[in-house]
Amino acid sequence: MSLLAVEALSRNFAGLRAVSEVSFCVEEGSITALIGPNGAGKTTCFNLIAGALKPSSGRVIFAGEDVTGLPPEALCLRGIGRTFQIVRPMPELTVLENAMVGAFARESRLAAAEAVAREALSRVGLLPKAGMPAAQLTLPDRKMLEVARALATRPRLLLLDEVMAGLRAGEAGAIVESLRAVNAAGVTILMIEHVMRVVMALARHIVVLHHGEKIADGTPEEVTRDPAVIRSYLGERGAA
Amino acid sequence: MRRGAIAVAAFSGLLALGPLVLDGYLLSLLALAFAFAFFGAAWNLMMGFAGMLSIGHGLYIGIGGYTVAVLLVTFGVSPWAGLPLAGLLCAGLGAAIAWTGFRFAVRGVYFALLTLAAAELARILFEHWPFVGGTGGFFLPALPPGNVPLLTLRGGPEFFYFAFLLLLTAALVLTLAIRHSRMGYRLMAIREDEDAARASGVPVLRMRIAAAALSGGMTGIGGGLFALMNGSLFPNTMMGVAISIEIMIAPIVGGLGTVFGPAIGALFVMPVHELSEHLAQEAGVFGLNTLIYGLLVLLVVLFLPAGIGPSVARLLRGRR
Repeated sequence: MSLLAVEALSRNFAGLRAVSEVSFCVEEGSITALIGPNGAGKTTCFNLIAGALKPSSGRVIFAGEDVTGLPPEALCLRGIGRTFQIVRPMPELTVLENAMVGAFARESRLAAAEAVAREALSRVGLLPKAGMPAAQLTLPDRKMLEVARALATRPRLLLLDEVMAGLRAGEAGAIVESLRAVNAAGVTILMIEHVMRVVMALARHIVVLHHGEKIADGTPEEVTRDPAVIRSYLGERGAA
Repeated sequence: MRRGAIAVAAFSGLLALGPLVLDGYLLSLLALAFAFAFFGAAWNLMMGFAGMLSIGHGLYIGIGGYTVAVLLVTFGVSPWAGLPLAGLLCAGLGAAIAWTGFRFAVRGVYFALLTLAAAELARILFEHWPFVGGTGGFFLPALPPGNVPLLTLRGGPEFFYFAFLLLLTAALVLTLAIRHSRMGYRLMAIREDEDAARASGVPVLRMRIAAAALSGGMTGIGGGLFALMNGSLFPNTMMGVAISIEIMIAPIVGGLGTVFGPAIGALFVMPVHELSEHLAQEAGVFGLNTLIYGLLVLLVVLFLPAGIGPSVARLLRGRR
């Protein structure tokens, strides 16, 4: 059974169909990538799954339960963790304290939350910087902190919104390894990603959106051969 | 956390010795500074931690003050019961305002206007309500001979010095405990990024209501004691815009969102306030005090935008 099933999900913004009748599944334990050109509706789709937006129609089924329209905090407790495209860690707090905010989702005691936060930081390689003010982190580290905070909520499904954007190749390589380890530890990942090298390195399943509609869904090999995908990325002449 | 606890103990322990060396004038001045440090600490829980800007905290000072005073004078209820009741009433008001703000998605500056509107509404109501004396004010009777401050919760400068120091100490301990608890982390997460906080499982509505209820309740208790100290209540001075603004100065000057900011700020601002008044009187220039006071506060905000507390802490850390 799929961990996440999105069924005919739609969202309108004042007449514009940002997401239109999108359906796909994310298998438990997999890494699935949601790709598509800018404005394809990927982030809107994420927001609908994570509860930041309510769908106009359609359903979101998580772990066999209909969770459509639940608020983000409730979805977090059910096991959906997410990162944001624009990272904004709490600058005055330390790296550890930032991660503890996530840990407090399931822990009420300070010491327990600290232990969970430390574990999450170690999984993304940030533990040596635990005592640093978050404001002093470099961009890749801030992105990893965002992932650590989401991991500290102990999610079953982790939604990653463009964690590789703006990173150099070497930096992205380290993050790919971290994400692979997180996935190997049992966390299912659904990622929005523009960096195709990363998508190909990680995902076994790719969903392609274009103008708010799903145009392809399959393994990396299937998707890269799909004429509709080639057209959407390269234009009509590229496909010819 | 431990260092903070030691700092609170040292701060309060040292100030508790004040009456041994200070005269009545300085004691009443410091009592007032403690009162504003306490109001600032309560306000700081909302603005400094949860990022909820209230520019109408006079509401809680006023409602707390009138509750204690009216219960005492009109119904003969001891302030020992009046103060907790004032706290509960103001906690309820704070919760109601936070809920209203959330329910109707009134955020940021618009939330601030909502708090101001609530305070102004209360002020205008009280000014037209004969039962509480209207604009003419409400007065506590003179203290009877042989008054026992611990029974009546009224007395001289020394009593209010200790009373407000005790309240302030309690506020510091509470702030310190919150800062190092799940609630504190959650409030700060809401302040920094509400969407990220919700995605991290923070129940935003519940936390906002808790912060406002706590802040309002504390301010209500402080307002009750403030009324007992002043002996007279006028809607304009107890809940007007002026007092709402004035209680914000100490935490902003001392350091927003820090445990000690409001106390440091009040202990800096109050002497400056008094000194500028003296200077103005000696120079014989009406309004000079406000000018000096305003300029000094402006200088602090301009050059130490994080507040005195964090700036000094950074300096000390840099030296080490």
